[in-house]
Amino acid sequence: MALLQVSGSPHVHTDESVKKIMWTVIIALVPTLIFSVIYFGFDAIKLTLVSVAACVFFEWLIQKFLLKGPITIQDGSAVVTGILLAFNLPSNLPIWIVVIGALAAIGIAKMTFGGLGNNPFNPALVGRVFLLISFPVQMTTWPRPHLLFSAPLAADATTGATPLGMIKMTLTQGKDASELMNALPTYAQMLLGDRGGSLGEVAALAIIAGGIFMLIRKVISWHIPVTFIGSAFIFAAILHLINPGLYIPPSYHILCGGLLLGAIFMATDMVTSPMSNWGKIVFGIGCGLLTIIIRVAGSYPEGVSFAILIMNAFVPLINKGFKTKRFGSQKIKS
Amino acid sequence: MKYFSVLLDNLTKKCYFCKPKILFLINLNSVKTFRLGGIHPENNKFAHSSQIEEFPLPTQAVLYATQHLGAPSTVVVAKGDKVKVGQLLAKGEAFISANLHSPYSGTINKIDAVADITGYKKTAIVIDVEGDEWEDDIDKSPEIKREIRLSPAEIIEKIKEKGIVGLGGACFPTHVKFMVPQGKKAEYMIINAAECEPYISIDNRVMLERTEEFLIGACILRDALQLPTLHIGVEHNKAEAIEKLTQTAKNYQGVEIHTLRTKYPQGAEKQLIKAITGREVPSGKLPIDVGCIVNNVCTSYAVYEAVQKNKPLISNFLSYTGKSIQTPKNYLVRLGTPIQNIIEANGGLPEDTEKLISGGPMMGKAIANRDAFTSKGFSCLLIINNKEGKRKESINCIRCGKCVEACPMGLEPYLLAPLSEAARWEDMEKEHVMDCIECGCCQFSCPSSRPLLDHIRLGKNKTGAMIRARSTK
Repeated sequence: MALLQVSGSPHVHTDESVKKIMWTVIIALVPTLIFSVIYFGFDAIKLTLVSVAACVFFEWLIQKFLLKGPITIQDGSAVVTGILLAFNLPSNLPIWIVVIGALAAIGIAKMTFGGLGNNPFNPALVGRVFLLISFPVQMTTWPRPHLLFSAPLAADATTGATPLGMIKMTLTQGKDASELMNALPTYAQMLLGDRGGSLGEVAALAIIAGGIFMLIRKVISWHIPVTFIGSAFIFAAILHLINPGLYIPPSYHILCGGLLLGAIFMATDMVTSPMSNWGKIVFGIGCGLLTIIIRVAGSYPEGVSFAILIMNAFVPLINKGFKTKRFGSQKIKS
Repeated sequence: MKYFSVLLDNLTKKCYFCKPKILFLINLNSVKTFRLGGIHPENNKFAHSSQIEEFPLPTQAVLYATQHLGAPSTVVVAKGDKVKVGQLLAKGEAFISANLHSPYSGTINKIDAVADITGYKKTAIVIDVEGDEWEDDIDKSPEIKREIRLSPAEIIEKIKEKGIVGLGGACFPTHVKFMVPQGKKAEYMIINAAECEPYISIDNRVMLERTEEFLIGACILRDALQLPTLHIGVEHNKAEAIEKLTQTAKNYQGVEIHTLRTKYPQGAEKQLIKAITGREVPSGKLPIDVGCIVNNVCTSYAVYEAVQKNKPLISNFLSYTGKSIQTPKNYLVRLGTPIQNIIEANGGLPEDTEKLISGGPMMGKAIANRDAFTSKGFSCLLIINNKEGKRKESINCIRCGKCVEACPMGLEPYLLAPLSEAARWEDMEKEHVMDCIECGCCQFSCPSSRPLLDHIRLGKNKTGAMIRARSTK
């Protein structure tokens, strides 16, 4: 007679798996990748491939020779980290810097804490911030996007500041924000990605499409993106209303820079975001406020990565303080 | 209508955006549900439309003396005794205990310790079956008796005498539920017809084929509490049953049928009360604390037979189903029938069998001993094939929060499971592990395939023991 299994209930299981979640995220990142290739050409593919390969390689290396444990590169999390890291870098970054970034992301931010699921900080963002502090010049030289296969621009026109960098520069020189408006890209340009910036942050529409795909597949919930973008918008709007000469309109804050990429792909990282829906809302609001504070008051033009990393540090506290409402926690009405 | 509800299930399962929209549409038709947590496992109600058949009597039957939750019953027969169908075999003497009657006529072969489905040995009565001779006071006619003659106290006494227990799975003696403690008042009599577990479809069949008997039984339970209305909660994937019930209920006064959303665990006692009455059973309390008494469909049917036909609880409705089963069946099986008989009557186990389950796939128990016998509350013999039953290798928790989202009690399984692994029972108590209803939603939804409920169940037992030890000190 064949032996049968005995185990505790439940005896059936969802067909969802970590691997499937990771591949869903990768698919959601594809439109953004396509847009970055359109604007930055071959560099975008090269950078992404190098970053992904380096991340997967370092994870394999550490698991094989340092931890001597099981190798889990096939779960796709290193691929996601690699793509997200590349999306946070300017397209003309030298390859060796990308490899160092991947080492920081996988080696320092992920594997030291125990691999997938145990890292308190978003690995890709740690990689990016590590590079930003170590190589400030290379990391803030942005190539001008030019459409794929179109005539290359003149040499002096190939690099330029990001819209946020321009704003920061102008404002620190004591000029009025309203003068800037003509120099900034139009809404259409920002939505489609025809502006300076990192690989993955330029095309707002592609990022939103990826976000909607992940929402439908239930990989992310609406709480973090909506509260992140919403709180940033409201806070920036209040500042703009107080002094339009000093603060740019809120829509620029949302569409310029990496806020959308951060809100949809980085802050929603399962591992480093809170568990409960209320926790997620608090997390999102914190990210939104910190981003705007860093952008208007800090010395860096961009604040999304720092904001998310700071809020990552608060996640254990948020998990403790904002739990789901328990069933039956209220008293009987009598 | 049937296709619509299936479509609805698929949509709500797959699409995040459709959910609020469909919820709104459903609310138009006043479909009720609990809000917090819940999952949508595959329905797999293969035995939905197979008629209930009477299963042939075995040649030798084994009846475990204690087939309920509570104090063990005392065996009142001895070896060599001749028994008839309906004769008392074991008597429940304690407050929470139940009687057991003979489902067969024949001779008592021996009284011995026999392994039950868990593999542990229990006192059991072995009967050599000879013919099918019934006690004279049992009404065997198929005629439906509609008039309820007994007073509430007599009804409860009858339920106690005839050994009726809750047939939803827990087998809690039914009469105890009706002894409302001092200072509390029963306001709602709820019949749990949600049948939210995948695969099981026996309640559905009883509601379709024995509609009137079931309704009379439910009305008897309502009368026992002297309440004006009876509430029946049915999940909306049983559209046929809802229609038939609504038609039949027109002839009865004070019957209210609630359509519930198809969502697991809609039929969990606390969730059902929340869905129907909007009341939340507070943590650590019983349904009666919010004025509710919940009973199962098969229990109501058993009550009908006990009160109107004087027939004790001697048989069980049982689904025999599974993904690899060619023709899923619904049976009326006498207690004490060997499980092997049921399997063999259907051509043996399929090749790819992984597990045998007593009950549904979410909360049922895996059968460790295939030579065991059916007992009260054995509502489904489920064959899980190795494709769906094999546990995947568990990997690191990725803190996705899907278990928190799925928990209908608002607990945090991702936190409870490691606490249990670390044997931190005090901390588990603080995290309200005792509220856990062991529905399995967390483990079902875990993308890392972590054995969450295994750890939590262990922790719950240990924490419960710790709390009891403290209170007896």
